[in-house]
Amino acid sequence: MTGYCGIAKRVLASARARVGDRVRIESAGRVYEGILMPRSELGDDRHLVLKLPNGYNIGVRVDSQTRVRVLERGRPPKLSIPSLPVRPDPSKPTVAILGTGGTIASRVDYRTGAVFPAFTPEEIYSAVPELADIANIRVREVCNVFSEHMTPALWTRIGRAAAHELNRGARGVVIAHGTDTMGYTAAALSFMLIGLFRPVVLVGSQRSSDRPSSDAALNLISAVSVASTSDIAEVTVVMHGSTSDDYCLVHRGTRVRKCHTSRRDAFHSINDLPLAVVRGSEIRLLRTDYRRAAEKGRVRVDAKFDPRVVLIKATPGASADLIRAAVDRGYHGIVLEGTGLGHAPSSMFDGIKHAISAGIPVVMTSQCLWGRINMNVYSTGRDLLSLGVIPADDMLPETAYVKLMWVLGHTRRMEKVAQLMRQNVAGEISERTRADTYPPPWRE
Amino acid sequence: MDLDYRALGLKVGLEIHQELKTHKLFCSCPSVLRDENPPMTITRRLRPTQSEMGEVDRAAMAEALKGKSFHYQLYPDTVCLVEMDEEPPHPIDDEILDTALQICLLLNAKPVDEIHVMRKIVIDGSNTSGFQRTALIATDGWVEVDGKRYTIQTVCLEEDAARKVKEFAEFVDYRLDRLGIPLVEVATGAEFSDPETPARVAFYIGQLMRATGKVKRGLGTIRQDINISIAKGARQEIKGIQELELISEVIRREVQRQLGLIEIANELRKRGAVQIRPDIRDVSDVFSSTECKIIREALRRGGRVLAVVLPRFAGLVGKEIQPGRRLGTEFADHAKLYGKVRGIFHTDELPAYGVSEEETSKLREALGAGELDAVVLVADQAENARRALEAVVARANQAIAGVPEETRRALPDGNTEFMRPLPGAARMYPETDIPPRPITPARIRKLKKTLPELPEQKMERYQKLFNLNPELAHRIVSSDFSDLFESIVRETGADPTLVVTTLTETLTSLRREGIPVDRIQDSALLELFKRQASGNIAKEAIPDLLSKLAEGQTVDQAIEELKITAFSEDELRALVQRVLKEREEFVRERGESALKPLMGVVMAEVRGRIDGKTVHSILLQELKRFLNSSLPNP
Repeated sequence: MTGYCGIAKRVLASARARVGDRVRIESAGRVYEGILMPRSELGDDRHLVLKLPNGYNIGVRVDSQTRVRVLERGRPPKLSIPSLPVRPDPSKPTVAILGTGGTIASRVDYRTGAVFPAFTPEEIYSAVPELADIANIRVREVCNVFSEHMTPALWTRIGRAAAHELNRGARGVVIAHGTDTMGYTAAALSFMLIGLFRPVVLVGSQRSSDRPSSDAALNLISAVSVASTSDIAEVTVVMHGSTSDDYCLVHRGTRVRKCHTSRRDAFHSINDLPLAVVRGSEIRLLRTDYRRAAEKGRVRVDAKFDPRVVLIKATPGASADLIRAAVDRGYHGIVLEGTGLGHAPSSMFDGIKHAISAGIPVVMTSQCLWGRINMNVYSTGRDLLSLGVIPADDMLPETAYVKLMWVLGHTRRMEKVAQLMRQNVAGEISERTRADTYPPPWRE
Repeated sequence: MDLDYRALGLKVGLEIHQELKTHKLFCSCPSVLRDENPPMTITRRLRPTQSEMGEVDRAAMAEALKGKSFHYQLYPDTVCLVEMDEEPPHPIDDEILDTALQICLLLNAKPVDEIHVMRKIVIDGSNTSGFQRTALIATDGWVEVDGKRYTIQTVCLEEDAARKVKEFAEFVDYRLDRLGIPLVEVATGAEFSDPETPARVAFYIGQLMRATGKVKRGLGTIRQDINISIAKGARQEIKGIQELELISEVIRREVQRQLGLIEIANELRKRGAVQIRPDIRDVSDVFSSTECKIIREALRRGGRVLAVVLPRFAGLVGKEIQPGRRLGTEFADHAKLYGKVRGIFHTDELPAYGVSEEETSKLREALGAGELDAVVLVADQAENARRALEAVVARANQAIAGVPEETRRALPDGNTEFMRPLPGAARMYPETDIPPRPITPARIRKLKKTLPELPEQKMERYQKLFNLNPELAHRIVSSDFSDLFESIVRETGADPTLVVTTLTETLTSLRREGIPVDRIQDSALLELFKRQASGNIAKEAIPDLLSKLAEGQTVDQAIEELKITAFSEDELRALVQRVLKEREEFVRERGESALKPLMGVVMAEVRGRIDGKTVHSILLQELKRFLNSSLPNP
């Protein structure tokens, strides 16, 4: 009785009506006939959803007087995408696609309105047949969560799966991931995968794959292209580069951030240029300072993450309470998203002192996102430095958060933590800030 | 042509789409169309999803994916991320929903208990998302026109599509200004059996919708589709009839077309025509030194001339089925759409267009075509020409069977052309970004209390309140100006009859002269009648003043420029006395019958500056006095 509860469920149960059945409903003097549809979990318990013969859904109010009669039992819906068998082409590289949740490709059943996700390679080929021209794909579901529910434990599972695929011969790995926390996972994999010798590409979509305007196909094709043909042996994110369906950008995993709630081109490299532009099958490199792919190699997974880290924003009037609470609740590290060059209000100082004296590192990043921390310019910055706050240079707050977990997984010695946090491990810090890494100004 | 439509089994249903003048349906952008060059354009592609493709065929899918891309023109000040498909739709706001529900209630339709927005798949690019959002909001209504009831099957609330600006071989230009404007779609039952009634019912439904005061006016803001069939013909959907006056003509011509096609089918069967296999041949050699410019040009560009024989079709391809349209025109519609060619030639019209008699007979010879056979040829790139002729053969085979079911586009003269085959059941699935919206009985009760007046009620009120005769009352009620009329009369005290004739006749005739009267602000009209009612300007000056107002002048500027300054009765009296004196001899000679010619003389001087009636009465007074006082001495 999908989605129905309360009175609606009782009325349906007494009529022995099931979702998918053709039914006749008499309610308040009106008569409707149509197919009984599932109720979305957001809906109330006062309406039955009916698909009328003209294709429209409507909700019919239901009360104890409502009469439901089954006219015809429903056919069970086909729960799959018609598959497209593709013979593996030995001349083409093999790319492993790892599913983590969400849909890479899908199909709508118009009779029931249900959306079926594609899982097998055959189903994915059938939805995005262009992939067959690029690579042989194999598919594996690592987990199945919305990306906002991702955890450090799942990062590790994804990392192990990616390493496993590369070590058993995949030319590259593509990880289909929800967009909300794709940047965090990309950063985690960047620190975790040691000795990477082939591409690991995260990809997602901002418009779901059941709609004709979805960005999923272009993103996936571009990601598989990068995984199968590029020599970028790093963890990257491949997503739309503009609002048009024209090209994708390849972002370094430690530098990328979702900067828009809904646009296709939501992902940006911050304080850094993207690594490459993908247009059709052509990959144009924008820089040379990346880790090159090698014929042979072995990826090791260093998945020691200490999840007891918090990210706290410094805001006007913020008190020391949150920091104190974090320390008292047993957290091992604190990343501050400070103001400007790396500041926090003096009202937070007591908390910071309390943390550091308890041996809990406090790392400073900036809520400006663009630009570099410099705590020598103003006295507040100097005060914070003298309290022992660790400046995180031009690192993204989210990346610093992930990195601190990874560092604390290896050592809790304050000096060692400070040294590792300030040392570039996976492209997350740069010495120079290029002039062309900031969004261009409004032009008349 | 007078036909017994009932005997022919004519069945017509209407679908009326009316734009609302609220903001857009799923965002807060204003519903305005833009003419200036767009400051931004984005490029998108749409992928047919699995379900569109039917059986999975990689080649077919690849072909579909090669399809056109879409260039969307946009204006950041009036088009936002929602129209760009870069932001989820916002919930439908209460003003729009109430307006749509008001229309439902005026149509006696019963609102659904809960509204579910659906996605209707449309992948021609006219919707950036690849689907049109639409919701069924009421069913089972009726309207009464000329004492008869007609069924309203459904009322839907949907978003209008983007405007197609231009179509190119590789891409289509669309403008996003229209995308998302709320449309109320009213569908009647297919229960009309003559060509005239649907137009009257459509007009009445349009009136009801206008009564809400929330609908757009002007060309393109209300569009009619019809579905139509006759007993021995087939169902057609005819899209995009922009003017009510055209509905009856479209119906008459469609019946004519179907009768023509039935006649052709009968003749073909009599001749023993059978289904044709497309045996397409290259006949370029026949035209190696042709005088036909089109063919010569196609060959020069590396194209070929391909031809196919349509056995037993001679004389029928050129048969007229609508004024100016032949069976061959239908063939050409299909060839253009499926082969992307410019057109076709057929032997019923040859020799012509530079194709010689000799070439025609050589062509027949080369193909072994007999006298009863027709030949269709296309000069274009070989692949296009082949596809075009395959489409022609497919259409010719349908002609043997009778009338095919089609979606057709209405042309401005009342003819129709082929758009696409009739679609199967609409491909719809729920719009999951918008939660279902219950319509409470309390909301309906409240709306019922505040329903606008029906047109017939308003007419009655105008006759009583403003002393209008039935004809004038009808004219103003069925115009776009009844609200304006009321406020002018109430606020200025102007003569209601004058206001009606100005707002209907005068504005209409000025518009016909090409004067952009639609630019005149309501406030300017109000001001104009204020001056008129207080005697500052004469009603005769109104047309000239309106022309000036249409140019953007204020009432003051217009009066100044036309030198229409108030002309008092005293001034008029002085003028009349002067005129009488100057023409003393004439006046004496004619006596009181001089009134008429003198009226002309005076009016020539004062036209527009004082009312004609006043001129008449003062002239008459003064003339009498003049004749009395200046009697010759006995």
